Amino acid sequence: MKGKWHIVSNERIAEKIYRMTLRGETEGILPGQFVEIAVPGCYLRRPISVSDIADDLLTIIYKTIGEGTARMAQMKSGETLDILTGLGNGYNLAKAGKEVLLIGGGVGVPPLIYAAKQLRQAGKNVHVVIGFNTKSEVFGEECFTALGCQVSVCTMDGSYGVKGVVTDLLHKPAPFYYACGPLPMLKALLRTIGTNGQISMEERMGCGAGLCMGCTIETKDGFKRVCKEGPVFSADALKIEN
Amino acid sequence: MKVRLGDIELQNPVIPASGTCGFGQEMSEWFDLNCLGAIATKGTTRDARYGNALPRIAECPAGMLNAIGLQNPGVDEVIAIELPALRKLYRGPIIANVSGFSLEEYAYVSARIDQETDAAIIEVNISCPNVHNGGMAFGTSPEAAAAVTKAVKAVTRKPVYMKLSPNVTDIASIARACVDAGADGLCLINTMLGMRIDIRRRKPVLANTYGGYSGPGVFPVALRMVNQVSKACPGTPLIGCGGVSRAEDVIEMMMAGASAVEIGAANLQNPMACQQIIDELPGVMKELNITHLQDIIGVV
Ligand SMILES: Cc1cc2nc3c(=O)[nH]c(=O)nc-3n(C[C@H](O)[C@H](O)[C@H](O)COP(=O)(O)OP(=O)(O)OC[C@H]3O[C@@H](n4cnc5c(N)ncnc54)[C@H](O)[C@@H]3O)c2cc1C
Ligand SMILES: Cc1cc2nc3c(=O)[nH]c(=O)nc-3n(C[C@H](O)[C@H](O)[C@H](O)COP(=O)(O)O)c2cc1C
Ligand code: FES
Repeated sequence: MKGKWHIVSNERIAEKIYRMTLRGETEGILPGQFVEIAVPGCYLRRPISVSDIADDLLTIIYKTIGEGTARMAQMKSGETLDILTGLGNGYNLAKAGKEVLLIGGGVGVPPLIYAAKQLRQAGKNVHVVIGFNTKSEVFGEECFTALGCQVSVCTMDGSYGVKGVVTDLLHKPAPFYYACGPLPMLKALLRTIGTNGQISMEERMGCGAGLCMGCTIETKDGFKRVCKEGPVFSADALKIEN
Repeated sequence: MKVRLGDIELQNPVIPASGTCGFGQEMSEWFDLNCLGAIATKGTTRDARYGNALPRIAECPAGMLNAIGLQNPGVDEVIAIELPALRKLYRGPIIANVSGFSLEEYAYVSARIDQETDAAIIEVNISCPNVHNGGMAFGTSPEAAAAVTKAVKAVTRKPVYMKLSPNVTDIASIARACVDAGADGLCLINTMLGMRIDIRRRKPVLANTYGGYSGPGVFPVALRMVNQVSKACPGTPLIGCGGVSRAEDVIEMMMAGASAVEIGAANLQNPMACQQIIDELPGVMKELNITHLQDIIGVV
């Protein structure tokens, strides 16, 4: 769906990390889906994961990388954005057992927050393991805690939480998992706890709507568009081991 | 808003361009395709292709680069699955875009499309490299462009529109060669070869290094080429393409000599772009005192 969204708030929550809440038509938006934001002055839209939905409010959490996200960080409440919503497949939360594991690295954490909310509503025991480079970049912990999840945080330099990477905190046998993060983290994850989970992928996009074939990856089930058949894939379908 | 491409009547001149609307399925999730003048489907080759390595999209200030590399399921699946599915969603004229890496491949794919589908027009993408001739694109020499035209014309009675590459010094001579070889119409332009560099990594943004530039930045070039070709090939129907993003651009492209207009990158920015442009056209026509779009074709 294409719609006009009103910025309700836009605040810095960690080093280069911002949280924006917008008001608009949230009907039908699923955890693991993403939105495409038309940033004034940029030709292509910016794909960003859905981080939370509450009534008519959409929350996204984004890192300033280049021009588009830098411009987003400058925007103020009251301004509007043209956004495509309902993009991608989303997580299949029905696959989770009573115990479920969420694994996120850096800006892979945002989509897990909405997933955690729905999993908690479904009465699951949600274990969250999230990793960052350093203390100043850590975010999201309190969101998971507030939802009643068990949260472990690690940083590469040990400045906050456990020193190390998320896979240092994981071991077999692991419950069904949902993961999102940088490629090296995903590879390590598959090596450490295997493929009993779903992984959210990221690629450069043209349209975000399945029109251009810009984002196609090769999986064990054939060619798949990250924006359409993804961004969430069954871990055993991905060809990312190395 | 009616226009004609040879014997085929379009309810309006707006056509989503090949490669920016798949085979219609995904675009139909955003609006009813039946408002379109026609639809140009993704470039089809003999065999299924994955295309180029990722990333294959790069942003530019006034447009984008793509190096998709003709990802498509191959002509068998296009005929068996994609075109019948599109027909269910869309009653208007289908323009089947055909690609190839040899004369034989163009002829093979065109012959299949000719016999087995109700595509109204075959649009031949000649921006592809010729594997038998050092990879030089067919569309960059009048002789090669004419050879593809003849090869396709020999296997089909459907109207054949050659889709020209802008990466040439004299577009008129290529256009002329295609028309002399029997082309029923021409479509121009395809993308312009370009590149972007990630200055921090000191590497090209595209895995393929080079890609096709399209979007508003190419509009003046496309307009100029359409105008030159309309003078060089009077009477040949032209589909203008390149950077068209709003109703005013459609009018401008038609004044330059186009009978209909394809819209590419704008669909990626906004999947509802074609519908919006069609909705805006009557207002713009009124403002400009245009009663029939047919009257403005090539007035400049
Ligand atoms: C499905 C999906 C979900 C995402 N969710 C989030 C999220 O929740 N939070 C977050 O901070 N980031 C997320 N990203 C990454 C985010 O899209 C990029 O960081 C952002 O597009 C960078 O834009 P820019 O203008 O700041 O950077 P620039 O480098 O200036 O952008 C130039 C072009 O490259 C594209 N691009 C650059 N980096 C990426 C990237 N990593 N992935 C995809 N496209 C990129 C841009 O969209 C733009 O088209 C997600 C990406 C995808 C594909
Ligand atoms: C992502 C993408 C894929 C394309 N694929 C094809 C294709 O398969 N065959 C073809 O003839 N042209 C293809 N094109 C070219 C467009 O049809 C069009 O000629 C070109 O983009 C210029 O129009 P625009 O500026 O409106 O985008 C593609 C363009 C884009 C952006
Ligand atoms: S980004 Fe266009 S198909 Fe995925």
